[in-house]
Amino acid sequence: MTLKEAALSIRENTLRCISSIGVGHIGGCLSIADILAVLYFKHMNVDSSNPKKENRDRLVVSKGHAGPAVYATLALKGYFPIEMLDTLNQSGTNLPSHCDMRKTPGIDMTAGSLGQGLSCAVGIALASRLANDGAYTYAIIGDGESQEGQIWEAAMYAGNQKLNRLIVFTDYNDLQIDGKVSEVNGLEPLKDKWESFNFNTIVVDGHNLDELDNAIISAKKQDKPTMIIAKTTKGKGVSFIEEKGAGNHNAPFSKEDYEQAIEELRRNV
Amino acid sequence: MSNIELRKVLGDSLLEIMEKDSRIVVLNADLCKAGGLQDIQKEFPSRAFNVGVAEANMVTIAAGMASYGYIPFVSSFSPFATRRVCDQLAISVCYAQLPVKIIGTDPGISAELNGGTHMGVEDIGVIRSLNTMVIYEPVDALQLKQAIPQIIEHDGPVYIRLHRKTVDDVFGDDYKFDLFSADVIKEGKDVTIFASGLMVQESIEALKLLSDKNIDAELINVHTIKPIDVDTIVRSAKKTGCVVTCENHSTIGGLYSAIAETLSREYPCPMAAIGMDNCFGEVGYIPYLKERFKMRKEDIAMACENIIKRKEVLV
Repeated sequence: MTLKEAALSIRENTLRCISSIGVGHIGGCLSIADILAVLYFKHMNVDSSNPKKENRDRLVVSKGHAGPAVYATLALKGYFPIEMLDTLNQSGTNLPSHCDMRKTPGIDMTAGSLGQGLSCAVGIALASRLANDGAYTYAIIGDGESQEGQIWEAAMYAGNQKLNRLIVFTDYNDLQIDGKVSEVNGLEPLKDKWESFNFNTIVVDGHNLDELDNAIISAKKQDKPTMIIAKTTKGKGVSFIEEKGAGNHNAPFSKEDYEQAIEELRRNV
Repeated sequence: MSNIELRKVLGDSLLEIMEKDSRIVVLNADLCKAGGLQDIQKEFPSRAFNVGVAEANMVTIAAGMASYGYIPFVSSFSPFATRRVCDQLAISVCYAQLPVKIIGTDPGISAELNGGTHMGVEDIGVIRSLNTMVIYEPVDALQLKQAIPQIIEHDGPVYIRLHRKTVDDVFGDDYKFDLFSADVIKEGKDVTIFASGLMVQESIEALKLLSDKNIDAELINVHTIKPIDVDTIVRSAKKTGCVVTCENHSTIGGLYSAIAETLSREYPCPMAAIGMDNCFGEVGYIPYLKERFKMRKEDIAMACENIIKRKEVLV
């Protein structure tokens, strides 16, 4: 599977997953689809037949509400059958809206209360370094989430500890529940912030697979942690979702919407 | 062992266990020495992490390390190890089912001259409401030393409510500790005193006052407040018919609440509470604070006398 095919399939399956219950965090799922494609289909050393494999690379999706995009990716990788995606948020499901390490094979850390996942990733990276397992720890944080003070507590410690096998993405779609991040409580200058916290900081088009890939390749050569600021579009790939703006954070999504969205995704390949 | 500070007992015990058990790591938030963990920092620098003054980060980093397979001990003053990081404990530790061990030092009036800001009087209430959390409050050095291996082996989060300084011995060399069983220190038939932490030594003093008045009180140390030892509590309440709880904590959310919840279900009986009565702490040394908050042996003895009268009225 090429990265482009993987990204398309992650989007299609994310939409399938959310349409099964008819509502979900659709915008912030589609904005990280390309990051997930590059991670799981190029970089991450993982084994779907052995989800708890020692020495594996790990991912903390700190913006835990992007669960459906992660589930779509894990299903594609073979962690569980694709049909399980239709159980999102159903009573008794193993696919809850927010990532839960105790329910879903392949989820490395529970997340949902914003601001905590980067600290978890720092803990995993410290553990991995202590165990000398040679693994990489990845984390995806939200831009709105970056308003949480704990993100910067984690950043300060990761930078001081020179956690060079920690690679973090900011999903910078500039939208949060109440509007544009830049208007609610802006992050700029974000690159300067991360650099000043002693991170190698790279800004990329978060939907350009080559740029994401090259950023990770270069991150692996650093002697300090890396922040990849991924400029993204919330709802990327489906025009009527993108057009909702902040309204696509947690939105209704019917079977008809699904058909229309899939048609557009495939047309634009 | 009464000449050894409890923080040293903790630090030395952990150090000894760390020699054999590579799963143990410790995390501090700029209170490494205060928490008695400085020797670990010296002996195992790669397994001791000082994150600076950032308790939320400390607790959550510990959750990440625990998810990898380590057993982290985190340490801070009790309000900052609990109240301040309640959501991190709720989600990244308890909800994620990770075995992080939380050491909260200087609970309640033992914060002394640090005063009201540092005087955690609601920490048990905060922590007790978190699903899966175990709460252990040591009584003396011998008990604490025996508790640590059991705390490590318990596959889940544990809050250790640690008075740092020296305390009088309560238990003798033949003592056998079980994390989930309350200890009957003295049997009696007229009233049961359930006591935790510092208030156990005070309650032992109260026993003498009661004995002078021909009151035969039973004294039980509830060292583990959650999960509480229902059998021992109910058995004693059935025997004596009335209860006084003694805790170095608010009477809301702590030992009194835990016992009242238990007995209201199992064996309702007259109860009285010794502890901080819906108030903040203030600066002072322990003897002054015990007097200020009515936590002296005399207060305990009087509460026992009064509750026995209420029992007799009911009969």
